Amino acid sequence: MAQHTSTPAVTRGHLTRRQVLAAAAMGAAAVAPTSGQQAVETTRRLGRSPNGLDQRSPFVTPQRDPSSTSSRTPLQDLRGTITPADLHFERHHGGVPEIDPSEYELLIHGLVEQPTIFTLDDLTRFPATSRICFLECSGNLRRGSPETLPQMVCGLTSQTEWTGVLLSTLLEEVGAHEDATWFLAEGQDAAVMTRSIPMEKAFDDAIVVYAQNGDALMPGNGYPARLLLPGWEGNASVKWLRRIELANRPFMTREETSKYTDPLGDGSQSRQFSFVMDARSIITDPAYPRVLERGWHEIRGLAWSGRGRITRVDVSTDGGGSWQAADLQDPVLPKAHVRFRLPWRWDGDESEIMSRATDETGYIQPTWETLRAARGPQTRYHQNPITSWTIGANGQVLFGAERLRS
Amino acid sequence: MSARGRGHGRSVVATLWATAILLGPTSVVGQQPSAPPVDPFGLGRPASAEEIATLDIDVMPDGTGLPAGSGTAADGAVTWVRACRGCHGSNGEGGTAAPLVGRDPDARPPTVGNYWPYATTLYDYINRAMPRPTPGTLSPDEVYGLVAWILSKNDIIGADTVVNAESLPGVVMPARDRFVPDNRAGGAVVRD
Repeated sequence: MAQHTSTPAVTRGHLTRRQVLAAAAMGAAAVAPTSGQQAVETTRRLGRSPNGLDQRSPFVTPQRDPSSTSSRTPLQDLRGTITPADLHFERHHGGVPEIDPSEYELLIHGLVEQPTIFTLDDLTRFPATSRICFLECSGNLRRGSPETLPQMVCGLTSQTEWTGVLLSTLLEEVGAHEDATWFLAEGQDAAVMTRSIPMEKAFDDAIVVYAQNGDALMPGNGYPARLLLPGWEGNASVKWLRRIELANRPFMTREETSKYTDPLGDGSQSRQFSFVMDARSIITDPAYPRVLERGWHEIRGLAWSGRGRITRVDVSTDGGGSWQAADLQDPVLPKAHVRFRLPWRWDGDESEIMSRATDETGYIQPTWETLRAARGPQTRYHQNPITSWTIGANGQVLFGAERLRS
Repeated sequence: MSARGRGHGRSVVATLWATAILLGPTSVVGQQPSAPPVDPFGLGRPASAEEIATLDIDVMPDGTGLPAGSGTAADGAVTWVRACRGCHGSNGEGGTAAPLVGRDPDARPPTVGNYWPYATTLYDYINRAMPRPTPGTLSPDEVYGLVAWILSKNDIIGADTVVNAESLPGVVMPARDRFVPDNRAGGAVVRD
């Protein structure tokens, strides 16, 4: 086995761990002369023993980007479609409560035959169902500066394999009245978060979930149980769910009147109960802050729709002048993130790359101009415009902030 | 909406099940509900009226859920100084928290006076989530007083109006008719 002996750092034919780390910190160029040494080094020292709870490599440090009310998933660091539970975005309205599962209860009452309290154990004993779907905050867009990461553009979306009991199963258990048209979902947090949800959703695909990627829910995602409304704006999937009340009209809570409504046109009207998340996509690589080398690259990103399956994602590398269909990674699930990829050779010219999602209803992700023309300047939620990344002649990738001006 | 549809409560399933039993097993092959109709799982326990009352704090636009008690703007002013002013400003003009006072329909961010469609929502929200450091600690009289203060500051009710379970649902908010249903339905058109 060849060993480098020409560098002073080499000791007994291989580097010390400290030297390897120091070289890694200095960058690839510094490591190059000692290529292969680490592959030898690690074989001459026993590694750590099996442990109780694994951790990421110290070289892998993805981080959510937290503000006072939310934390955003590092989309640029992820390569699949399932978001690790500890990187799932958070948005909450009164902090994360600490809930003892042995004292957790879900009350279902109102227009039902038998008002009933379920413990967490009760919920887990019902027939279970699992579903892979995305969640997205309806306020998921920052327009920002050219120095903006994918995480900051739209990191308020994540994807999970959720497991729980269908809400329809619970409603059959308590005997939902036929005249119930809405239900209130209420959380156990300091905001006592509430949303009114049409009963159609309850009997369509709503789930009371208690598992996230097969594990218990993370506290920031509703431990021990939350509502999950696939394809709908995230705040309606009320976390730390403590109460469901069936009624024959909506409750008109603050979160569906003062908040989470969309001013339209000149601002004199507002769209209410705008639950469904429209189709959207974003290129997650290449993206800021990457600096490209000339040659072959794979353009990669995520696309999703709250109305069903993504049917195609088109990618442009010339600022929208021409489009090519990207490959979609199987399985393409309804109301779920899908990976798209397109091979591309960057020739060193200034370029602008962008993606455009189409879903099975025929909806095509709009430009910022189209959205603004349709909705007016005051809409803050449900903004899903095509976004782009520009590549300078020096290879620097920047967010296409100019496209979202006005 | 699933094939099972809405409004298929226990009574509907029970009817199907009873029909199946009456017709006998040979005539209902493939038609039986997949689960028994009554207490199919037997999980959970009945909730008592007291248990429901402890959690059922919501207030609806018709006043359902409003408790006994009352307050005026003068009452609310006292609580405002103690519990609200620090974040929402001396006159509800906003600070670290949102502005609550203002009738100009074009002013943004929105206020109670130009954007909130129902006065009852004020009671519901203050009672459940305010004040921010210590939510859920205000008495019904204090909440009614704060509702009166905010509505009065917005010139929606008079300074002496007594706000209670009878009067609050009758308050017509300036933004009562601003809201329209969601008309988006997928397809090729980006809905205005």
